[in-house]
Amino acid sequence: MTKPLVAIRSVAKNFGEFQALKNVSLDVWPGEVMCLIGASGSGKTTLLRCINQLAVIDSGGIWLDGELLGVREQGGRLHRLGEREIGRQRLKTGMVFQRFNLFPHKTALENITEGPTQVQGRKHDEVRSEALELLRRVGLAAKADSYPAQLSGGQQQRVAIARALAMKPMLMLFDEPTSALDPELVGEVLAVMKELAKSGMTMMVVTHELGFAREVADRVVYMDQGAIVEQGRASDVLGAPREERTKAFLSAVI
Amino acid sequence: MKPVPALAEGFPDLSGMRVAREPHWFRWLSAALIVLVLAAIGRAFANGQIEWSYVSRFLTVKVILEGIVNTMVMAVLAMALGIVLGVVVAIMRLSPNPVLKTVAAGYTWLFRGTPLILQLLLWFNLALVFPTIGIPGLWSARAVDVMTPFLAALLGLGINQGAYTSEVMRAGMLSVDIGQYEAAQAIGMGRLRALRRIVLPQAMRVVIPPLGNEFIGMVKATSLASVIQYPELLHNAENIYYANSRVIELLIVAGLWYLLVVSVLTPLQMLLERRFARGTLRLAR
Repeated sequence: MTKPLVAIRSVAKNFGEFQALKNVSLDVWPGEVMCLIGASGSGKTTLLRCINQLAVIDSGGIWLDGELLGVREQGGRLHRLGEREIGRQRLKTGMVFQRFNLFPHKTALENITEGPTQVQGRKHDEVRSEALELLRRVGLAAKADSYPAQLSGGQQQRVAIARALAMKPMLMLFDEPTSALDPELVGEVLAVMKELAKSGMTMMVVTHELGFAREVADRVVYMDQGAIVEQGRASDVLGAPREERTKAFLSAVI
Repeated sequence: MKPVPALAEGFPDLSGMRVAREPHWFRWLSAALIVLVLAAIGRAFANGQIEWSYVSRFLTVKVILEGIVNTMVMAVLAMALGIVLGVVVAIMRLSPNPVLKTVAAGYTWLFRGTPLILQLLLWFNLALVFPTIGIPGLWSARAVDVMTPFLAALLGLGINQGAYTSEVMRAGMLSVDIGQYEAAQAIGMGRLRALRRIVLPQAMRVVIPPLGNEFIGMVKATSLASVIQYPELLHNAENIYYANSRVIELLIVAGLWYLLVVSVLTPLQMLLERRFARGTLRLAR
């Protein structure tokens, strides 16, 4: 029997008084494309950030590829992992940010090669040809030597996707990847993500693009106030929601 | 649907008409006044008790030239020490470790809180506190032999500069978007590697103008080392006027050299700024 790539069990996360995640449990299966939807503040972004350990959970556990994240169990207690171990665990996930976060002092190509050469210590020539191939895959082969400031938002986000893919992650996390884009640039980024989904990549996508969710997602998860309210096939959750809160959210969005 | 109405009458065509130049009488008047005042000041100095021949004669004598070389050597070395200390202390200050944070804050407090000239005198007179210094059992020496004017000036100026530079570097690092740090973490970088590869290169762009300021300050602050017998420009100029009593002439010589050095530094700073502006829109075009 296959095991889930990500297993989230009873995860809670507070920011001061605010409960961002309340007792969330969820499995993500290999090859699955999952879309997380919900109003801002519902906890969907926090959940992604916890998987990538940019946020540290307060209780519960997250297992990625069978390995407990961020902590080690020993003698009935949890011990925090060191920075090096956390860095190693992060390499299994690729993260795409809402605001791209490309390194502005490096070209598109250098943005992609930075991780493999500096963190993984791989040979520059080999990484470079892989990076050029990734740029071709996201349709930006001609922009290898451009700096981020010379690229449109959509182009920057496609470079950011290529940068994440260069680390050869098992799981891609997308945090509202099209929310900062002008409407006419959204399509080119979604097209790259669709292609990636088709290639079999496991993906968790926080998005407001319900059309994308309907077309690409294997599962849609609706979150509200730090908890999962409803989940299921995209056509069910988006087409025939059972929960009142889901219905209210969908009618407000569309 | 109604047709679009024709353009209204009464608005003449202004294309091809030039915008006239205004005479700006007040600018001319004020400029003339300033020139007059400057001329009066210049005349006063020319007729005052200054032997200008001494200024031109001593401008390029060997002792003065040696002084300017020593000044520059000290300024560059002390600034280098200051930048190294400043970067390390700024990183400590921004670390999550409370011990490192407190040590860094204490360093800045101590060396920014006391006058530079006092610190120079303390370093130079260290032998009064510790006649011999060294590592027990391994090496030791008399402090008077070790703590030369050069070393005392370097430590005094460099360590003091580090306290100021650390705040400049910290400001630069804080100016880099938190998303940059997160993106670096997301591709598996640790804190120090993210600082070195991603955050510091971007901070440099912000930090160079204030660092240029600090370096110009340092060039002039080296003159304080004259009190501990370091043979920099002012010290050597003083030695000459102790002998020939041409005080003002030699002070003018020193002043002219400081001005010249600072004037040369400004274009150098612009070159550095351009180097670190990679990827910003201004240069990307």
